[in-house]
Amino acid sequence: MSGTATLTLRVREAEMIAPLLKRFVLESADRAPLPSIGAGAHLRLLLKEGQKKFRNAYSIAATAPDNSAYEIIVRRVAHSRGGSAFLHDHVDAGAIVEADFPGNLFPISHVARKHLLISGGIGITPFLGYLAYLKTTPAPFELHHFCRVEETETFERALRGYDAGKIHLHPELAQFDLIDMLRKQPLGTHLYVCGPEGLMNMVLAAARSHGWPGSKLHSESFGGAHAGGAPFVAILERSGLEIHVPEDQTLLEAIEAAGLEPPCLCRGGACGQCQTDVIEGEPEHRDHYLNAAEHAENRSMIICVSRAKGDRIVLDL
Amino acid sequence: MTIVFKPTETFHDDFTYRNSDAAILRFPFPFGEDAYMYSVNIEPHVPVGPSPVYLHAFDVDEHYVAECRERARVLALDPGRCKVLPHMMTAQWDTLELIMESFARDYPEHFSLSKNGSTWTWQNRLLGIEDKFTFGDAATLPYPPFEYITRQAQGDFTLQDQRNDNLFVDGGMVTTQADWSLEFDVGMSFHEWHGPVPLAHQIGVFDRALKFLLRLQQAQPVRRLNWTMTINPRLDTSPENYPVWGPDRLTVTPENVAQKVHLRVELQTLFRLPRSNAILFGIRCYLASVDELARVEKWRKRLHRVLRDLPPELETYKGLTRFRQMVIDYLAPFDDGAPLAKGCQPDQTSL
Repeated sequence: MSGTATLTLRVREAEMIAPLLKRFVLESADRAPLPSIGAGAHLRLLLKEGQKKFRNAYSIAATAPDNSAYEIIVRRVAHSRGGSAFLHDHVDAGAIVEADFPGNLFPISHVARKHLLISGGIGITPFLGYLAYLKTTPAPFELHHFCRVEETETFERALRGYDAGKIHLHPELAQFDLIDMLRKQPLGTHLYVCGPEGLMNMVLAAARSHGWPGSKLHSESFGGAHAGGAPFVAILERSGLEIHVPEDQTLLEAIEAAGLEPPCLCRGGACGQCQTDVIEGEPEHRDHYLNAAEHAENRSMIICVSRAKGDRIVLDL
Repeated sequence: MTIVFKPTETFHDDFTYRNSDAAILRFPFPFGEDAYMYSVNIEPHVPVGPSPVYLHAFDVDEHYVAECRERARVLALDPGRCKVLPHMMTAQWDTLELIMESFARDYPEHFSLSKNGSTWTWQNRLLGIEDKFTFGDAATLPYPPFEYITRQAQGDFTLQDQRNDNLFVDGGMVTTQADWSLEFDVGMSFHEWHGPVPLAHQIGVFDRALKFLLRLQQAQPVRRLNWTMTINPRLDTSPENYPVWGPDRLTVTPENVAQKVHLRVELQTLFRLPRSNAILFGIRCYLASVDELARVEKWRKRLHRVLRDLPPELETYKGLTRFRQMVIDYLAPFDDGAPLAKGCQPDQTSL
């Protein structure tokens, strides 16, 4: 039992909204309502193209009022590993896709006195979800979106329906004084930024250098310790088993799939129950149970979240 | 299995609360080994475990009606036991949705929920409640959404807002607590509200638990057990009411110790709430007298060993000082010292 809930989704609508942007409306394959989500939630799609598997996370831009569908917008990435190109070229209305249960690594603050949203390009998608929420709360907000000139119209269309006085589109190369805008914000403002790394770093650095406390700065980053990693082989010396751990499975799950039941409890790297001695090889530690010295020694590892750094690790199991 | 409810039992004055044989056997006995020490004993809240209390997201048992009445009684005396800070309104609706959907799914003979757009109809046949309301519009319910639904559930609940890499207890419905106060703790951060707990800070339990909880995912709830002891089957042992229950401890004698002293087990569950990203913390309290537990062979021996070897700091923190030895003396003759099988389950199917 991996404890990871999954959804089977059907593509209800798929359409190009700009030369590189494709919008998908996804519903549950059995027509049941989808899980409720909050502003900033994302959906991780499990895509299969022949032998290749992709797990790509997309912010949920909108939810149907009756929870019957989620909307995502996918940009075709120039040098993608294949996920976005696959969605653009091969996934259309009627297609069935698997997804992890939605998660949220970019939630909106419920104590902010004002919300300042800054996005670039496809980084607008979580904020489309924010805007729906902000319509229902009294806290003021301001959105600044930076985009390519040729996509301005697409984003204008997507943002129609929201208070125009609060929405500011900045086609690339237009004049914009970021520092002045940051300085004008009232105390208690929370800043959210999502977009290309250069934009995020620039905005966050500017805010910090002008005295914004870290607790009021938020930026989106997908992934995290549970996101899998490179495949490797684990040799269980005592059991005499050789286990292949694929990229989308944890070491513990792979060991359980082979029929063993090592002790475990939290399955999240916190409790230490599944601590296992390492005989050979180097772990990639992802837990917060072992301390820094123990991580450096590499004599044991927490197998529910940690993986192997190389392609092989030998464990005392 | 059909539950035979005990709507008239009481948790105060004449204390008529008792467990049926079935309720004793399903008691979530917390000691899987002969010694007890703190650990991050968090595990996924999945429908398997050593007791049927784990089978559903929220357990409903024979004490349901009586406990809901007890909650209403305590709230009537002290409305401050339910408190939610204003920024937690989305989390209130999340809680209402989670509990209603769980109850209706897990106990369809007692609860039902039907949705027509945002117009929802909720039926609670055990308490004779039927309400039609608009999801998201608090004015359409007789109480605020969190209070409305937690008046209809066993156990206490708190709401944690997540911000600044920490959790803040920004709301709760707390009428069955083991000597802690929502009114005192509301707004506190994770380490602040765990401040009084001895030993666990030094061994890093709270640092690890917090890091783990910050990453708690929607649809992947977790749980743990906690325990203490209470004199008489009294649910409301709040600091606010200390003058009422504090003196109970002086009434324990070697003659009545097995009937008076109750093991108080909390099944604690943690759910990531979808819209608000807050965490709902359920603290479901189970009470069984030493007498009742002693009917299970494994449990009477193990409880004896755990209490006998308990670190002194924990004896003080859990408030056992005045009567621990009496319980040990009562249980000692039942314990032949033979090794016991590991695990919390009773290892017998009838009493």
